[in-house]
Amino acid sequence: MSGPPLLSVDGLRMHFFTKAGVVKAVDDVSFAVGRGRILGLVGESGSGKSMTGYSVMGLIDPPGRLVGGRIVFDGQDLTRLDAAAWRRLRGNRIAMIFQDPMMTLNPVLRIDTQIVETIRAHADVSHESALARAREALARVGIASPDERLRAYPHHFSGGMRQRVAIAIALLHHPDLIIADEPTTALDVTIQGQILFEMQKLCRETGAALIWITHDLSVIAGLADEVCVMYAGRVVESGTVAEVIERPLHPYTRGLIDSVPSRNERGRPLRQIPGMTPSLLELAPGCPFRERCSHASAACAESPAVTEPAPGRCLRCFHPVHA
Amino acid sequence: MLAYAIRRFGQSFIVLVFMSFLVFVGVYAIGNPVELLVNPQADEAERIRATAALGLDKPFLEQYWGFLVGAAKGDLGKSFVFNVPALTLILEKLPATIELAFVAMVLAISLGIPLGLVAGLKPDSFVGRGIMAGSIMGFSLPTFWVGLVLIMIFSVHLGWLPSNGRGETVLVAGIPVSFLTMDGIAHLAMPATNLALFKLSLLIRLTRAGTREAMLQDYVKFARAKGLPQRRVIGVHVLKNILIPIVTVIGLELGSVIAFAIVTESIFAWPGTGKLLIDSINQLDRPVIVAYLLVIVSLFVVINFVVDVLYSLLDPRVRLGGAAAAH
Ligand SMILES: Nc1ncnc2c1ncn2[C@@H]1O[C@H](COP(=O)(O)OP(=O)(O)OP(=O)(O)O)[C@@H](O)[C@H]1O
Ligand SMILES: [Mg+2]
Repeated sequence: MSGPPLLSVDGLRMHFFTKAGVVKAVDDVSFAVGRGRILGLVGESGSGKSMTGYSVMGLIDPPGRLVGGRIVFDGQDLTRLDAAAWRRLRGNRIAMIFQDPMMTLNPVLRIDTQIVETIRAHADVSHESALARAREALARVGIASPDERLRAYPHHFSGGMRQRVAIAIALLHHPDLIIADEPTTALDVTIQGQILFEMQKLCRETGAALIWITHDLSVIAGLADEVCVMYAGRVVESGTVAEVIERPLHPYTRGLIDSVPSRNERGRPLRQIPGMTPSLLELAPGCPFRERCSHASAACAESPAVTEPAPGRCLRCFHPVHA
Repeated sequence: MLAYAIRRFGQSFIVLVFMSFLVFVGVYAIGNPVELLVNPQADEAERIRATAALGLDKPFLEQYWGFLVGAAKGDLGKSFVFNVPALTLILEKLPATIELAFVAMVLAISLGIPLGLVAGLKPDSFVGRGIMAGSIMGFSLPTFWVGLVLIMIFSVHLGWLPSNGRGETVLVAGIPVSFLTMDGIAHLAMPATNLALFKLSLLIRLTRAGTREAMLQDYVKFARAKGLPQRRVIGVHVLKNILIPIVTVIGLELGSVIAFAIVTESIFAWPGTGKLLIDSINQLDRPVIVAYLLVIVSLFVVINFVVDVLYSLLDPRVRLGGAAAAH
């Protein structure tokens, strides 16, 4: 794989300008993902993963605003697009799947309406041929008797089925990039495994790039090629999955790995990262993790710059774990 | 569906009987209409004759039974005052009231929903704030006062609109209506606006609140993520969801607009049932009062039924009859 990546996000900043103050939900985030590659975006709740995804989709609403950085997708900077151009991109070349399948489908519209409108938003086809494509799309994600299912409403479906429908909608126009925002978190474990497996397969088949957002590092381990670990709106560490998991450099990544239950250490009490995610509202300067970090020193009152401890790896820490 | 309809109307029937009894007791307790009907100089014998003629000499329960028997045959009794069937009297006046109420509701809906949408989509904008300020006025200014101000401006000062009556009417299926003649429309304009104002404010607020809530829902974000044009996201995804509570409220308000058009009818001398009711209460004309309330309650029943059916059409999760609310 050579040439420029499909998507490269560079120094992205997305802030909420609330009455109480500025919330730096995404604060200098950079990453890249190539065609056919899977990037994991990991971090605790509130670390800015979803907002990063929405920024790439152009779905930021006031009081939120992009305040800096570039989002280069297939050679064009998305931050300069107008609303109409962004609309043509969404659902067509970049698609997104959300966390809670119970909430993403419109409860009062039939499944066929919700699929057909997506097809016709980007392709000039008749209702009939759109319906035929809708049928194929449902079959592709493993929904049996699609004809009957098309005429049903979302409340006739289980959570797993609804997420399959959402995935089918996301895949309708063979997007180059899919952003999956914790699409399996709300589902039970067996369905989770199935959907994970199928998404991986569909991406490999179509050559789409996939950004998989999750708070669960163990999901990323078996799925992604690269991983970005986010904390308080920043990427604190990134690299290939194998390297980051085997040789985590940031104390926060270390903490995340230690808090995942592992099979060869049965009976060992899980180590939790002490403390809580800081509020992003008017966050003080310096490393946001220092309050919870056993390695912290006086130096951490300054924001650590991004370093490249090894080729292809990025780190934002004065006191890496291994080095 | 049919079983549901039968059950609903059965329940309503019990309500009607119960209500007619309450009204009977109420009017009976207030006083004797004969005192108001006969000539003050009339002698005792004449009073007794009048009382007997109206059937008021019989014991209370017997009077009520007599009414029920009559009602079962479709006879709600004769007006004490006009000596014509009470129902005829009401049905003569009802078209005027219903027309006024409908025009007011159409005004309120056709302005309220779009304005509420705008205010909900841009709550912090100048326009959004302006709409809300207007709706606060519509809520808090008393109907009779607004009616008088309208007359002052448009009839007295500007002389543009007539201040009373229905104007020229034409017959549609045997029923006189005003809204098809220019003169009728001129007569309708002010009372309908006056009656619409409160409902308009209500609908603006309801639509705005619903829109604001819906815009935060994941399904709206997903609809946008699919690349749908804004007008489809708002016009289909948002609107279809917020229409569910709005239809319910419209249904309830339509009933109340018909029932409580009294103030507006009095100000604009609109010849509807409101004025008839006030007169009948003043004269203790029991058959008319009872018949009026029965007609109004029946209207409520029918409207509520239509609303329920509409509701189930709008919201696929609702099944009529309350059975198996599948989730
Ligand atoms: N409308 C808003 N106004 C102000 N702050 C907001 C708003 N929406 C989100 N935020 C803040 O943005 C930050 C990032 O939120 P985001 O949803 O991206 O987190 P996340 O990493 O996706 O978390 P989760 O795992 O819970 O989904 C949070 O701290 C949140 O408080
Ligand atoms: Mg999230």
